[in-house]
Amino acid sequence: MTDAFTARRYRSERRFRLYGVLALGISMLFLSYLLFDIISKAVPGFVESRVTLNVSLDATKIDAANIKGSDFDGLLKETLRAEFPDVTTRGDKKKLTALLSSAAGDDLRSLVIANPALIGTKVRYPALLSDEADLFLKGVAGGSALDEAKAKFLAALRDRGDVEKHFALRFFTSGDSREPEQAGILGAVMGSLLALLVTLGLSVPLGIAAALYLEEFAPKNRLTDFIEVNINNLAAVPSIIFGLLGLALFINVFGMPRSAPVTGGLVLALLVLPTIIIAARAALRAVPPSIKEAALGVGASHQQAVFHHVLPLAVPGILTGIILGVARALGETAPLLMIGMVAFIVDVPKGFSDAATVLPVQIFLWSDLPEVAFQARTAGAIVVLLVILFSFNALAIYLRKRFERRW
Amino acid sequence: MIIWTFAIIATVIVLGFLVGRLRALGMARAGIGTLHSLPTYHGLLVGSAGFLGAAIAAIAVAFLDASPAFFAPAAAAILGTGAIAATNTLISRNFRARNYFEALVRMVLVVSSGVAILTTMGIVFSVLFETLAFFREVSPIAFLFGTHWAPTSTPPSFGILPLLAGTLLITVIAVAVAAPLGLFSAIYMAEYASRSARGVFKPVLEMLAGIPTVVLGFFAALTVAPLIRRAGETLGLNVASESALAAGLVMGMMIVPLISSLADDIINAVPQTLRDGSYAMGATKSETIKRVVLPAALPGIVSAFILAISRAIGETMIVVMAAGLAPNLTFNPLAAVTTITVQIVTLLVGDQEFNSAKTLSAFALGFVLFTFTLVLNYIALRVVQRYREQYD
Repeated sequence: MTDAFTARRYRSERRFRLYGVLALGISMLFLSYLLFDIISKAVPGFVESRVTLNVSLDATKIDAANIKGSDFDGLLKETLRAEFPDVTTRGDKKKLTALLSSAAGDDLRSLVIANPALIGTKVRYPALLSDEADLFLKGVAGGSALDEAKAKFLAALRDRGDVEKHFALRFFTSGDSREPEQAGILGAVMGSLLALLVTLGLSVPLGIAAALYLEEFAPKNRLTDFIEVNINNLAAVPSIIFGLLGLALFINVFGMPRSAPVTGGLVLALLVLPTIIIAARAALRAVPPSIKEAALGVGASHQQAVFHHVLPLAVPGILTGIILGVARALGETAPLLMIGMVAFIVDVPKGFSDAATVLPVQIFLWSDLPEVAFQARTAGAIVVLLVILFSFNALAIYLRKRFERRW
Repeated sequence: MIIWTFAIIATVIVLGFLVGRLRALGMARAGIGTLHSLPTYHGLLVGSAGFLGAAIAAIAVAFLDASPAFFAPAAAAILGTGAIAATNTLISRNFRARNYFEALVRMVLVVSSGVAILTTMGIVFSVLFETLAFFREVSPIAFLFGTHWAPTSTPPSFGILPLLAGTLLITVIAVAVAAPLGLFSAIYMAEYASRSARGVFKPVLEMLAGIPTVVLGFFAALTVAPLIRRAGETLGLNVASESALAAGLVMGMMIVPLISSLADDIINAVPQTLRDGSYAMGATKSETIKRVVLPAALPGIVSAFILAISRAIGETMIVVMAAGLAPNLTFNPLAAVTTITVQIVTLLVGDQEFNSAKTLSAFALGFVLFTFTLVLNYIALRVVQRYREQYD
């Protein structure tokens, strides 16, 4: 019964609907490609290659009284050279020992320090390989092809079954390093944690107090209007501007320490404050006025009604807002670049005023490095960051679902 | 010593609370009803007096920079207990402890909400002062209309136009990607999607919105840019390795959730009666959306687009990692360009001598950026206020 005109209208209806599906599909495709791309880049970064060496911890070479001062590096190199007796030229020997990571000796040293009884025995020790050897063994095409001699040595070691793959625990337990195979995220994670503590400590009480005032107590006048305009504006100010504020005011005028979690946390607190205030106000507004009115009716003071009845009921909503605000602060990079949290810092920060960097900035720093092996490290750090952020978001969704009340 | 100071302040608060509460309880032997305020309020008031005394003492000592280090906790302890003792003598049956404490709480709330004003003032002044200092060295005309940006060369030149062109180019690409995707996503989510479809798509958009920009920048620089470069080569085009297109595309995807969530709210706010009226006239769903819902939602959608533009202009990490540093005055999306935010980061990261024209120019750029976003946000607000239909 449908005539041509109606058929055309129905076709256009289906087309229009398709546009919507397409738009959402593109977003979904983009997201899955992004996650797939980053995870596949990250996976090699969680594995490290080691070469098993039969090291004789000769008491003549390792001084039991001075383990720290003993030359474990040299010992490992010697052992590796002994595996290839036919390598005689100086250049080739150098290339052979360059396959070992500079951390291999330190690892062995800490092993012996923990267990001094090993001295005088022969141990099978898996020594960490350098980043280029690691890349070669993983079959990742490096920026420049591995030196022919080195490739030959590695192939020989692999054929003998001396190469092992280990989970790179080091990535989670050490600080930054110039050597990709030794670089870890612990320093950045600690820096993020310290900065977040400062951010939370400042923005949560301030945000809730401001939201309470504006939503429950403030008279309707020019001052409160002005405050509201300010909050809405600050919510839309680019984050890099907050970095300029931190640099010009906190560091140059107030003399706060550069690169420190306390300064970074302060800047992030101001950055997320509007988000938290807006979320907290929405949560307070969602509590029906009848509850407050009932409290007032039985003789509670205005503050008693708000603090004893309205605020507790709004807590789940406020908490959701805080978690989302924290997630935003955790992923923020640009303002922290301004206040010097981009330095190369090996030590894991221990206090609020130690020089530190944070996880997103660490990602930025690593992504800029020329060594190909850092690409996997960068992707690995991104995976860690995303896992943390997604679990925050999941927590927020859970809280919303669990405590959501319809009045 | 800082930990000791905090510990002492905490102790003073608890002590004050207990002292005040017990004293009030002691006076209420004839029943709580004989007191004006509940004993807890007396406790809270005395506790906060102790806190104020201790905190003021600690801060004053810190500012006087007095050594040895134990001065701060000691002063906090002495002044804190002093304040407790003084307020404690005020307690009587008719003492209006609750009213005083509530006045105090109110003051704290007012001050907290004032932080927003302080932040804005801090931003305006810190950026403004440095910008004025910059304009003492470089004329505003040369800054605003110069076509050459080379802050590190000798003599330096600070023409902002190449940066504006780059920012504009990337923003246009981003919004061209995000506007249709975001709008159609919102229409589908609000008008067509079943509950289960919403349950799939909404988390996708939320996840996309939650991805930090530094991650998107990494993706843009290492995956999208080489992809575009290879695609360009097969088509015989010369694509820069850090093209505006790569940064713009990824930035567009970043903005999709912003537009779709704003537009979703706006479309949902259009009353159902309008749609029902249109259906009653025989219109199909898409005709209703195109002819009734979207016109009614237009001011809100326009304002969502403006907010998206403002977000794109201020976005930093994606362009820092994917767009490059070459200040080319071009509108070719395949060329490398640089933006205001990239230059701010480049000028301020690393060692810097303050008060050199080079460093100050970063603040001038920040001022331009701040002004842009402020104006755009204001326009977005006004569009909604001015053209919004009232449906009640």
